[in-house]
Amino acid sequence: MTSSMLEGESLLAVDIGATTTRAVLFDVVENEYRFVASGLAPSTAEAPIKDVSEGARNAIARLQEIMGRNLLDAKRELITPGQANGAGVDALIVTLSAGPTMKAVIVGLLADVSLASARRLAETIYTRIVETISLNDRRKPDQLIDALLRVKPDLIIVAGGTDGGASRSIQKILEPVGLASLLMPPDKRPTMLFAGNQKMESAIKSLVGSLEKFTHFSPNVRPSLETEDLDPAARELARIFVNVRKKQLKGVDALDLWSKRHILPTGYAVGRMMRFLSKVYGASKGILSVDVGASASMISAGFKGKSTLNVYPQFGLGENLPGLLNYTSLEDILRWSPLELSTGTLNDYLYQKSLYPSSIPATKEDQALSQAIARQALYLAMQTASRDFPRSASTLQAGLAPLFDPILAGGAILSDATRPGESLLLLLDALQPIGVTTIILDQNNLLPLLGAAAARNNLLPVQVLESGAFLSVGTVVAPVVSVNYGTIILRAKLMYENNTEARADVKYGSLETLPLPSGQTGKLTLQPEHGADVGFGPGRSGTIPVSGGALGVIFDGRGRPLNLPTDAVRRRELIKKWRWTLGGE
Amino acid sequence: MQAPVHHIIALTTIVRERTLPVAGKVLARLNQKVGPADVVAEAKWAREHVLLDVARILRISPNAADRLLKVKADDTIAASTEVAAGKGLFPRSVQAPREGRVVAAGAGQVLMETGETRLELHAGIPGTVVQIIAERGVIIQTAGALVQGVWGNGRIDTGILVNLAERPDIALTPGRIDMSLRGSILLGGPIKDSETLQAAAETAVRGLVISSLVPSLLPLAREMRFPIVVTDGFGILPMNSAAHKLLASNAKREATLNAEVFDRYSGARPEVIIPLPISQDPARPREMDTFAPGQQVRLRRPPSAGSIGTLTAIKPGLTLLPSGLRAPAAEIKLENGESIVAPLVNLEVVG
Repeated sequence: MTSSMLEGESLLAVDIGATTTRAVLFDVVENEYRFVASGLAPSTAEAPIKDVSEGARNAIARLQEIMGRNLLDAKRELITPGQANGAGVDALIVTLSAGPTMKAVIVGLLADVSLASARRLAETIYTRIVETISLNDRRKPDQLIDALLRVKPDLIIVAGGTDGGASRSIQKILEPVGLASLLMPPDKRPTMLFAGNQKMESAIKSLVGSLEKFTHFSPNVRPSLETEDLDPAARELARIFVNVRKKQLKGVDALDLWSKRHILPTGYAVGRMMRFLSKVYGASKGILSVDVGASASMISAGFKGKSTLNVYPQFGLGENLPGLLNYTSLEDILRWSPLELSTGTLNDYLYQKSLYPSSIPATKEDQALSQAIARQALYLAMQTASRDFPRSASTLQAGLAPLFDPILAGGAILSDATRPGESLLLLLDALQPIGVTTIILDQNNLLPLLGAAAARNNLLPVQVLESGAFLSVGTVVAPVVSVNYGTIILRAKLMYENNTEARADVKYGSLETLPLPSGQTGKLTLQPEHGADVGFGPGRSGTIPVSGGALGVIFDGRGRPLNLPTDAVRRRELIKKWRWTLGGE
Repeated sequence: MQAPVHHIIALTTIVRERTLPVAGKVLARLNQKVGPADVVAEAKWAREHVLLDVARILRISPNAADRLLKVKADDTIAASTEVAAGKGLFPRSVQAPREGRVVAAGAGQVLMETGETRLELHAGIPGTVVQIIAERGVIIQTAGALVQGVWGNGRIDTGILVNLAERPDIALTPGRIDMSLRGSILLGGPIKDSETLQAAAETAVRGLVISSLVPSLLPLAREMRFPIVVTDGFGILPMNSAAHKLLASNAKREATLNAEVFDRYSGARPEVIIPLPISQDPARPREMDTFAPGQQVRLRRPPSAGSIGTLTAIKPGLTLLPSGLRAPAAEIKLENGESIVAPLVNLEVVG
């Protein structure tokens, strides 16, 4: 922690996304850190500007316009530290997700062990795994060399061997990797992260020879067969990500200088925040953060101090959109649409939107398509990420999501949505939470910035989180039960602070709400029917305290997993009804 | 707000960098006039590698194997050349399985590259070489009409432009392509079926400039040996009127299609270049602008996707759109006289 942070001074945070760059000011207001304001500008990683620092300067300039406080000098350099006249800031942190998806090769010994850890490690940043090499690989070394030369990776992640364990196998597997790297032009050589057997560092250095400057080492992700520890390697990989981006994107080095090397990949910063939150707020349930952005969809979960982070560029809503069809069908996307739209229209949309990731829906039809795609992308991201959730995570039924509380959601499609109900329904459809959970919308997309800020100042994230900068959408109750459509599965009573009460009978297949404005609290009594489980056990009742939110208390009686009607007309009618229940049109 | 610029320009100076993907030899000279098909640089490119594990084959240690190697890095060797020979009464021998070049030798192994091919870099556009990039390529300058596209299949060619789209929305169909069009570049509206692409291939056209392509045809379009430049997007979209007017007015002129794959980071875009005679260098296109009333703009997304209009006013603050979103927006007067409101992020300046 710097001395200026100890004194509680101002912090500027810049998030450089694929389409938008945000500059956010945190400052001390009445002895506590607060989110003060944010300025937005289009990102400038792409041609013709090709300099991310320009977008950052524009966003900061917008912020200073909003606040009437100078942050940039006449040469558009950041004024730092803060001046007596109020100009400037004391510190800057940066999060970065802009740039092309990094091509990664993962190397490990066994598919279910080291290779799985290498894959999880790769998914902590914005990568696409283009090649996998393991001990079981039947290809000859020269075929592996040609395969690596074909895919031209940016990054090679090597795991394998417990500490002091296997070494010859790793050396054998790394020989073609080293030779392939040697054959690449120096400016195109991939960076290699060795996160395997720690006793092998000198052997690896000797093996890679002149490639040593492209090789990084981190603690073993698999120190023993039973243990996995991704955190130190993920930290090193985050540094590597920034260094690779420095080569790929102009302006990253300038921001690195401004921020005194406080740049993190956006996803990694969210993961750090989730680790922090799961320690602070950890309970029997997990906490979940989701983000749907142009560059990637991201799922991060915390379970009693243990966290997972999965960044999926293949489920991003920007330039990679047509690739979504490698994982799903047009029909599966369209099932979420309240409007009757053809698969051809959707297909055209996916390709057209990939040309212009920063464009936004201007018509109702485009908005319906955009929301349907985001639902399916987030649904797929959640399904894929769930394989990495710990087996010990509490759930109500095998095969369903773990119990989470709260769920934090960010990303432009959610934060820019026309109304909170629209964002909530997207989250309920895609994540299908169970039991009782609070849904919090990160409407200013602060979470990654707080994660990055935590490294400099651990007071700031806590105080900003508790300051109301996030929007509580409401408390969701989602019973797990299987009965006929229309059967009452839950009777609920909400007792307000003024001792008045409201009741709701929740039928299977319906959504219901009870109002409870933000800032108010109440006592919610839940009486499940037909063996429904809301977290107290099948058919068991209970009373819990609840806090208010934009939509109050929401009962999602649509069943888990959510099965939409196959009849398209009936499905669209139901979706319209659900949207209407949550305040939509 | 900064505005992206989509180039549709009747006369401009066009400067393009053409580089090899790997280091090679630049053949063009400074100030040399080049045609699109001229080779300006070349490189040798090995398609495959062969790793000979000499130590393992001879059953000796890597150090011992190194002492027996008869080749060294950079040697070009024929197939069956003895790479190393063992010792003893019945010595084993290691031979090169194919012709190739030794790229590394040591640690008991020999790595060869084989299947070498010559990679030729064509000028792509007619013009003058104004700069040499050592070992990589050239920068070429020309003047003429320029129409940028949004999708290209990675090919380049030149030919006479023939207008088959009397109107911007007339689809290009197999029935419109006959043998009289052999060697031409065809200007058309949308393509909806694979038969049209196949008819173009059978007729041996030099290229297609079309308004749009249905996404299911993309794999086939990538396979076509002639360049395809899509001006407006995917699905069934008419060609934007500015591009259509400019291209139609240049029919029967020689056009170069550089159907480069769109790369948002490098700025590479597919384009149509029609070289025109000039007395002095016209202005270069501007890459960025700021939105302002009076500008000609193109709509990137519905409503009226692909339409050209005039920006009449930038609306203050945020505007509520029919989608329910709020965003900075502008009023646009379309060419048919209709006025619409569109978010600024869905617009690009034409010029």
